[in-house]
Order: sequence, then C-alpha cells, then structure tokens
Amino acid sequence: MAGPATAATSTNVRIETKNTTCYMCACRCGIRVTLRDGEVRYIEGNPDHPLNKGVICAKGASGIMKQYSPARLTKPLKRKEGCDRGANQFEAISWEEAFTIMEQRLKKIRATDPKKFALFTGRDQMQALTGLFAKQFGTPNYAAHGGFCSVNMAAGMIYTIGGSFWEFGGPDLDRAKLFIMLGTAEDHHSNPMKMAISKFKRSGGKFISINPVRTGYSAIADEWVPIKPGTDGALLLALIHEIIAQGLYDRDFLVQYTNAAQLVNQDEASNEFGMFLRAEIPHEEGCFDPQNKLWWDRHSDKAVITHSEGTDPRLMGAFTLDDGTAVKPSFQLLQERVEQYTPEWAESVTGVPADTLRRLAHEMGITARDQKIELPIAWTDVWGKDHETVTGNPVAFHAMRGLAAHSNGFHSIRALSILMTVLGTIDRPGGFRHKAPFPRPIPPCAKTPRTPKAVRPNKPLEGMALGWPAEPDDLFVDDEGQPVRIDKAFSWEYPLSVHGMMHNAITNTWRGDPYKIDTLLIFMANMAWNSTMNTVEVRKMLNDKDSNGEYKIPYIIVCDAFQSEMTAYADLILPDTTYLERHDVMSMLDRPISEFDGPVDSVRIPVLPPTGECKPFQDVLIEIGSRLKLPVFVNKDGSRKYKDYPDFVINYETEPGSGIGFLAGWRGKGGEKFMQGEPNPNQWQMYEQNNCVYHYELPKSYQYMRNWNKGYLEWAQRHRLTRYAEPILCHLYSEVLQQFRLAAEGKTTGKQPPDRLRKRIATYFDPLPFYYEPLETQLSDKQKYPLNAITQRPMAMYHSWDSQNAWLRQIHTHNYLHINPTLGRQQGISDGDWIWVESMWGKVRCMCRFSEAVEPGTVWTWNAIGKAAGAWNLSPKANESRKGFLLNHLISEELPQDEYGERLSNSDPVTGQAGWYDVRVRIYKADENEEQITSPQFMPLDPLPGETQVRKSWLGYFAGKKK
Amino acid sequence: MTQLALVIDLNVCVGCHACVTSCKEWNTSGSAGFMSDDRPYGENPTGTFFNRVQSFEVGEFPNTEVVHFPKSCLHCEDPPCVPVCPTGASYKRPEDGIVLVDYDKCIGCKYCTWACPYGVREIDEHQKVMKKCTLCVDRIYDESLPESERKPACVLACPTSARIFGDVHDPNSEASVAIDEAGGYTLMPEWGTKPANHYLPRHRARIRIHEDELVRADNPLKKETERPQGPVEGQTLDDVTSW
Repeated sequence: MAGPATAATSTNVRIETKNTTCYMCACRCGIRVTLRDGEVRYIEGNPDHPLNKGVICAKGASGIMKQYSPARLTKPLKRKEGCDRGANQFEAISWEEAFTIMEQRLKKIRATDPKKFALFTGRDQMQALTGLFAKQFGTPNYAAHGGFCSVNMAAGMIYTIGGSFWEFGGPDLDRAKLFIMLGTAEDHHSNPMKMAISKFKRSGGKFISINPVRTGYSAIADEWVPIKPGTDGALLLALIHEIIAQGLYDRDFLVQYTNAAQLVNQDEASNEFGMFLRAEIPHEEGCFDPQNKLWWDRHSDKAVITHSEGTDPRLMGAFTLDDGTAVKPSFQLLQERVEQYTPEWAESVTGVPADTLRRLAHEMGITARDQKIELPIAWTDVWGKDHETVTGNPVAFHAMRGLAAHSNGFHSIRALSILMTVLGTIDRPGGFRHKAPFPRPIPPCAKTPRTPKAVRPNKPLEGMALGWPAEPDDLFVDDEGQPVRIDKAFSWEYPLSVHGMMHNAITNTWRGDPYKIDTLLIFMANMAWNSTMNTVEVRKMLNDKDSNGEYKIPYIIVCDAFQSEMTAYADLILPDTTYLERHDVMSMLDRPISEFDGPVDSVRIPVLPPTGECKPFQDVLIEIGSRLKLPVFVNKDGSRKYKDYPDFVINYETEPGSGIGFLAGWRGKGGEKFMQGEPNPNQWQMYEQNNCVYHYELPKSYQYMRNWNKGYLEWAQRHRLTRYAEPILCHLYSEVLQQFRLAAEGKTTGKQPPDRLRKRIATYFDPLPFYYEPLETQLSDKQKYPLNAITQRPMAMYHSWDSQNAWLRQIHTHNYLHINPTLGRQQGISDGDWIWVESMWGKVRCMCRFSEAVEPGTVWTWNAIGKAAGAWNLSPKANESRKGFLLNHLISEELPQDEYGERLSNSDPVTGQAGWYDVRVRIYKADENEEQITSPQFMPLDPLPGETQVRKSWLGYFAGKKK
Repeated sequence: MTQLALVIDLNVCVGCHACVTSCKEWNTSGSAGFMSDDRPYGENPTGTFFNRVQSFEVGEFPNTEVVHFPKSCLHCEDPPCVPVCPTGASYKRPEDGIVLVDYDKCIGCKYCTWACPYGVREIDEHQKVMKKCTLCVDRIYDESLPESERKPACVLACPTSARIFGDVHDPNSEASVAIDEAGGYTLMPEWGTKPANHYLPRHRARIRIHEDELVRADNPLKKETERPQGPVEGQTLDDVTSW
C-alpha cells in the first residue's frame, strides 16, 4: 500500500454519504454513513451534530456488524403447532397473515376488556408512539423499561428539583471545578459524558468517583472512594450533616429558590401535621406550588408570606403562630433529621472513613462558596427582581443506576438532590443544568386515570398510562384500593412508580394477580433473559399451562430485529428493522436530546432499505391502529388516516389544531415555526438538510435559573412546554410524600391505603430523606450471604444487543465474576478458578477474576454478556454460553412472603424501581471434578427460518465487494 | 524531517475501545482489503485489529489505579521490524516517517513480529500478509476529505480526544506541545527503537483546604442564632462599678 489511492476512490464504485442518528446505545449521536455500492462502508460521528460533535464510540463504529448480523430476523414467524414455547420452532408466514391474527385477537379484546392487552417495551426511543397506541387501544397496561432501569433517578430528582440526570439535565462540566460521580458505570451518558470529563480534567478540575468498583470513567478519577453498594444514601446524608454543621450551605439560594424557609405545621394532633402553613386556603388548582406559604421573618420576628419585600426568613428555629400553631422552617427539620447521620455513623455503614467524608464535605462546600462564577448575564426572576449576573457554585454531580437500582434508591437520590440544592448548584453555571422540556412542575402535570372506570370497551384510556401522582387521590386504584394495572404501578404498593413496573408484568400475568390478561406484546426487551429478574422461573412462567392445557399467558407477540432468548417464547414474531433502515424521532414528547442551552430533537432517516421482509415497528403499530380503527389513526369515516410512520410524524397533532406534534422543528406550513405550529409537509426534508437535528438555542438570559427565571418560564409557557409560568421551588421538604403518610395515618379524607400497607406507606413516605438498609438485604441472612453482588455494562456493549456483533463480541466474549484477591484467598480461590456464586434464590457457576479495583465486600460482573446456547444465532459452542453467565438467576423479582402472605415486588417501596443490586451472595470454589462450563445451561436454540443458516468459519468484510 | 505519530493521553483515556473498532471499520474496506475475523459467531472468535486497548490494575486496594492503554504500531524512528524483513516489504517512509508493509512483497514469514518489541503486528491468516497500523495513510492525504478530517480514524472517533495526531518533529505541532507540556514519554526507550508515538502520563488534581476556610465571619449559621432579648436577670459589672 503506497498512498491515498483507495478502492473507495477508484472508478466504477458508487459512493453515497447520508446522515442519520445512531442507535447502538441510547445516546443518540449524530452519524454519517458512507455506502459503497449500497453496502455500509463506514459509520463515523457527524462533526456538525450538537450531541457528539464528530466523535463515535466502539459500539457506534461497529454498526456494520449489526446491520449484517446473521441473527437478524427477516420474516414474520408463527410458533409451530404442538411445539412448546421456548423450543424455538417456527414457521414463516406472510405479514398479511400476521396482521390478520393480531387484528382478530385485539379487536375482540378491545371490544370486551381492553386491559387484557398489555404492551411493554424495552429501550425503545419511541414511547411517544407506543404510549399513544396503548392509550388509544384503551389499555392501562403499558410501560417501557424505566421501572427496571433507573426510575429512582428520574423520580427522586424530579420530585425534588424538577429535573433529572441524562436526557433531562446534567453536570455542567464546562465550568465546574469539582465533579463527583456516584454509582455510574461505563455508560449513561456515553459520548457526551466522555467528552465532558476529558475537557473537565484538562482544565484542571478535580474528579471524584464514589463507587464500589473502579473501572471506566472511574479509572481516570483523581480520587476513588470505594463504597459498599446500597449505602450511598448514608454517605450523602452525612455530607449534608457536615455541610450544615459547618455552615457551608448557600443560604441565599435556599431562601429564595427552595422551600427551606417555609414553615411546617408541627402540631402533632392536627390533621395538617407536617404540611406547610398557608396564608390563605384557596382551592389549589393545577399542578404548581401556589405562592401562599409562610416564612418566619428575622426582622419583624413574625410570620410573613414568602418572598415578601424587605423580609429575611429564618432557616432554623421553632416558632408559634398567633393561633398557637407550632411551626418550624423545613430547613430546621432537615437539620434535625441529619443530626443523627454523623460521619462516624456513615463510616460504619458505607465503609468510607469519617475523615474522608468530612474532607469531601469541606471540598464541596468550600469550592461552592469560594470559587463562585459570575456570568455577566442579566435576568429577571419570577418575583420581578432584576439580576445583573448569573451566579454559579462550581460543584457538579452525576449519578445513575448504582444509586437508583436499590430499594432505598429513591431516598438516596432525594438526599443527593438536596445536597446539590444546599450547595446552591441547581441550574447554575458549573453545577446541575436542565435540558428542555425540563424543569417541569414538581411533580409534572401528566396524570394517570384515578379509577378503573377509565378502562372502557372500544374507547381510549381516559388519562395517560403513566403519570406523576401529586397526592394519594391520583393513584390508579379501584374503590378497595387495589391496583388497576397488571404491574400494580400507581397502586398503594408502589405509589410513585412513574415508569411502570415491567419487571413484574410477566409474574403478575402468569399468576393472574390482579387479573389475567390475554395478549402480551413485547417490543425489543429480552424478558426471557437479561431484562428480567429470576430468569429461570420467568422462562417457566412464559411456557406454563393451566389444568385445561391452556397457556397461563394466552398469547405472546414479540417484535425485535434479532433472534434472542425472548423471541423463542413468542407465539408470533414480528421482524423489526435496524436503525439504519427506518425513520425514527427523538421526540420532545418522549426523551429528546436537548442541550443545556435549549431544546433539541432529532430523527433517523433510512440509509438502507429494509432487509428481507423487515418492517419498522412504528409502521406495524400504525397498520394495527388503522385496522382496529383507533380514533387517532382513522378519519371520521373510519378510513385510514396515515399512510405510514413518516406521514404520521408530519401530520399528527396531540389534538386537532394543537400545533404540537412529534417533531418540534420546522413546524408551520413553510417550516417557519418551532415547538408549535401547523404540520409542515416538508418537515422530514428540512431535518435531512440539517444533520437530522433541530436545535433551538435559548437567549442567554433564559439559559440559567430556569426554575425561577421569568423570561424562561414565560417562553416555555408560550411555546407550550409547560402549562404554567409559576416558579418551581426545590422541595427540600416533600409535602407530596407527607400527604401519603397522612393518608396512611388515617388523617385525610381522600383515598386510603389498605390496612396491610399503612405501616409501609407511613414509613417510606417520609417528607425528608432517610437511610434504611435495602429491603432484600433486611430479609437476607447476612452471615450466610456476606457479599453484595452487582453488575455493570461495559462501554463496548449495550444491553444484550451486541453479542451478535462480530467485532464487539471479540472485546467481551465472556464475563468473569470480579472479586477482591483478599476475599479470594480467604475462600481458597485462585484467580481464574471456577466458582459458585449463590444467593437465597439460586446459584450460578462461573469463572472468577481477581481485581484490586473492587471493594472486598462486593463481587461484580458485566451484565448481559452471557447468552443462552444458540441464542442470537451464535454457535452453541460460543463462549457467551459456555463461559459467559447471567447474574439475573440469583436475583428475584419479588421479596420473600410478608406477614400477610403477600409477595411484594423486589423494588423501591416508593417508586417500584427494581432492586437489582440488593442481592446478597456467597462464593465458594467449584469441585475440581465439575464440568468447566457455566451453570445453568439451557437447551441450544436452532436458527430460525429467514436467518442465515451457514456459519462461516471466517469473515472478511469488505463493503461493496458483492458487485 | 516530518515524523507523523500519535500522542495518547492516558490521563483522559477511559478505555472505551472506540479507537479499536473505528480503526477496524475504516481499514476493513480500505485500500489493503479486508481485515479478517475467524469464527466470528463461534467459539473463541479472533480477528485482525491494528489497535487494541489493554487494561490493567496498578497497586493494591484501596490505592488502586486502573490504566487503559491503547496500543498500535509506534512508527519507530529506528524500527527493528524493517531490517529483518527478507523481502523489503516492511519499510519506513522518508517523507513522513510512517512504517508500512507492502503487501505485494510480504511473504508472511513473521520475522518482523519477532523483531517488534511491542507486539503490534498481526498476521492476517487469510491474506497471509503482516498487517499493522498505517496511521490511516489512505485518509490523511486524501484531498477529497475536508482538512479537519484528514486524520486517522481512531483520532476522529476518540470521545475523550485522548489521541493527538501530528508531526512530533515539528516543535509547534499540537502533538509536540502536548508531549512537552505533559511530560510525554515513549515505550521501552532502552531498546533504542525511538518510537514516534508518545504517551502522556496520569496526573492527579487535588484540592487543598486551609483550616481558616472553615472559620468565616459570614458563616450563614450566624444568622440563625438568637439575638439577646431584653435585660439580663441579676447584677452586672455595669451595675456595681463606679469610679
């Protein structure tokens, strides 16, 4: 090879370059795809895209091997008569037959009892459409993967500061001086986080990682603070303790922008105990905080309405109102709460030395106070006060599933949000910053129905399938207080389960609790493998029959682009396209890719035609919706309204004439409007001409302090991001939670919890954060099972998708259980030995790897590298199934039976977040005579009709070679 | 004289493998033909890569460092792989210092692999030729690309911009400045190979807290302390002293 003369530039080849959006993970980077003679030559980051600015990750750069994977499904398939689910015996059918089957079945369900149809989806990026479809069908049984992913992060933060990490906000590392990352593995957020950390380190900031394991991002941290899993709440509460004790909190910020100074009723006999005092009690309509609370003014030494001119409230103390009511500011209650959480106490829980905790608190507090940033940006607050500058306290945080995936995660994350608030870092430079459509009211306005009457034959669901309860009356329960949804979300068991509880959907359906359903449609979620807890038992449930020989889950439809452990359990398989073959929208109605400086949404535009008979799932939903005559998909005369998904995206409006649709950019007839405007027939072309992305940059004065920024809030209201332009005060003290507690104590007139749940609600709906041991840990024999077991995802793999990828699987071909050498030596185990890892629920045989980068009480592995033999069309001998393993076999979806004989979900009692990381295990050496193969093993799956049957012994990919 | 090279910043590399697969992706359909993968969907898959990331741990818990270490041909100034090549297939380009293999001359004898102290050459079992990093020689001079994209694929991909490409003989190049400022070093200099690629070391940021920073007149706790209310009970010096 001698120089630039490349095959790509030689004659007689057709080179095309097209922009679209990546989907090798959930990050949604802009990509540029080069084709040679119609085959993918190269996928690179789009330099003109605001999210990734030209970079790409290991997954994104391996998209070629996803596109041409032999695991691709290419034909609709029907389970062969007489063959069991799981046996993977299918026959190819036509799309027409598939649609007819679904139409007949779903029509009947909808005409009788729509809730007997359930739709659950994985990390689908199209919840705007899937949610709409479920609502139009009339079923409440819809959710995506959030409940088993990171709903604690969303709920804990949104119920406290009106925004959350990742899509909805993040650390401003451009200006931060100190960055603390907790419980974050190697992803969430992917490329933008990598770019930001690198820039941050190069500008001299200090990066602290608090994590039981040091890998990935943590590897380049300036300080690693190893912590025991599930104890982050204790650490955060001790940090708050020390910051308050030293006076390192931002008093002005707390007074102006939070409910810290608001007076709370302390009259224990009162039904209003724990509620804020109100100057007047008008009927409180809408979902915002009316400005009618009280402060105790330092100057006049009496109660005044908050934010009154010339007043300065006390944050601490105990006072008595004229009518004799005892009151305290909520900050006083916070201070009393954290009094017990000393650094010494936290050391005993977290394993982090008290001196380290104190130092961390001082570093945070002093950096926030003494390295203030003043930006010359004038803005006006909602109370009408003009500010010459925007101030920032440059301490930033990021956290993800390490905090979230514990049954105490909601309160840990409340504690984190409160720590960020007392440091004065919310939507300020160098701290946490929101991304549109956040901040939203606490909680946001969207609500589920409140009664089973909202589910009616042949009618759409009255309300949203998922919402944000603000009070007990918002729960989606029947007159007896029992759940309406199959997953029991929004019930007294898990009141704030705002992302649903997909992890319980199959078990509940199988058991018929709270009721039986007919058809389960699963899109892109591997519920027979790594996306389910208790994998072995759940696989049995999927194939279980009643005494009449009928399946307990009568009909299962799975739509996916790849053959997997899950497709094996389907009755009907629908072949989806890859991301390179379809239209998609990263919609403002779902989770857009907004930046700190303003709203951003984006699209995928196909760069290749669908493979085989693959059909985008969106087109499938629109086809079914049209056949079933669901109102939004048909005209008044019942005729089909939308040709396909691209047509739908352009022309659908949330209600006729609302001007709000799936895409926010280039609305209006000529594309002259944004956020709101009539449909634009050329909207797709305009996205295509603009790197597939629409980015509106807010005026500088609207970019900060958005919870209280008059200009921004009015802008957001004008552009229909929010209903109200009212201030969004941070909830140090949560009256929302207190209302549930009062209901549990029988002090309210509205909905009441069933008696068996009163104690649970009263305990966990604490208006202030507190630390408790995760629920499963409380119920585990910690002598027998002394270790915590956790998983994380490597940067080069996303969920279970990539084991079919010939390049990525060479990076992670199988996984080990990583253990600290001290632990290994105690157990007589050597590096690389075969060992058993066992919980109270099951055991797994695997190989261990010694690591000094894990705290000795924790063992961990990469998630979803292990595969069932033959799944994903890998050879049954592939390392993924012989040496790879899944920790899910050790994790239950339910807790042990409680005193009422009930098995509650292994989840956070507030939000229903799956407690993945609460499992306790022990390890011991496998007998030398045992087979050196992971256990359990499963019957190998054969390739499906339409999959590539020939297993090449080698591959030499060269784009466009075929011609 | 120009010596093109990569400078890899270990202070920001998070070991994501973006450089590994973007390299494979660019090169497999490149001018030298495919980069093969054996048993791509079977047991023990293995393939040709020009660039790999090794991760290792240093120190004992809790003082553990985890280092991600991307490694590819270092384009030595005195490359030991060149003189051992019996056919002259391995050569160093005088104009830019890139070490290349001419596949038309390579007979796959692997002498160069044995000579390379860094283990960065990989035989392609199906083309029977020795392969290695070319610094994307088929990209960096391609005038059909915008100038900002005339860089090796791994450099463009790297999310942490841990890979800096440039002329290490030009003291003003971004690469030379980075080596100079951060104390860049080469691998195993004792072998006398003078690798052109450099690595930038880890450095640790610290925050120094002074004790007096915790004692401040404007401590907000002071605003919460009660002011004295009215006269105190009993005598004071003021009541009983007069002269």
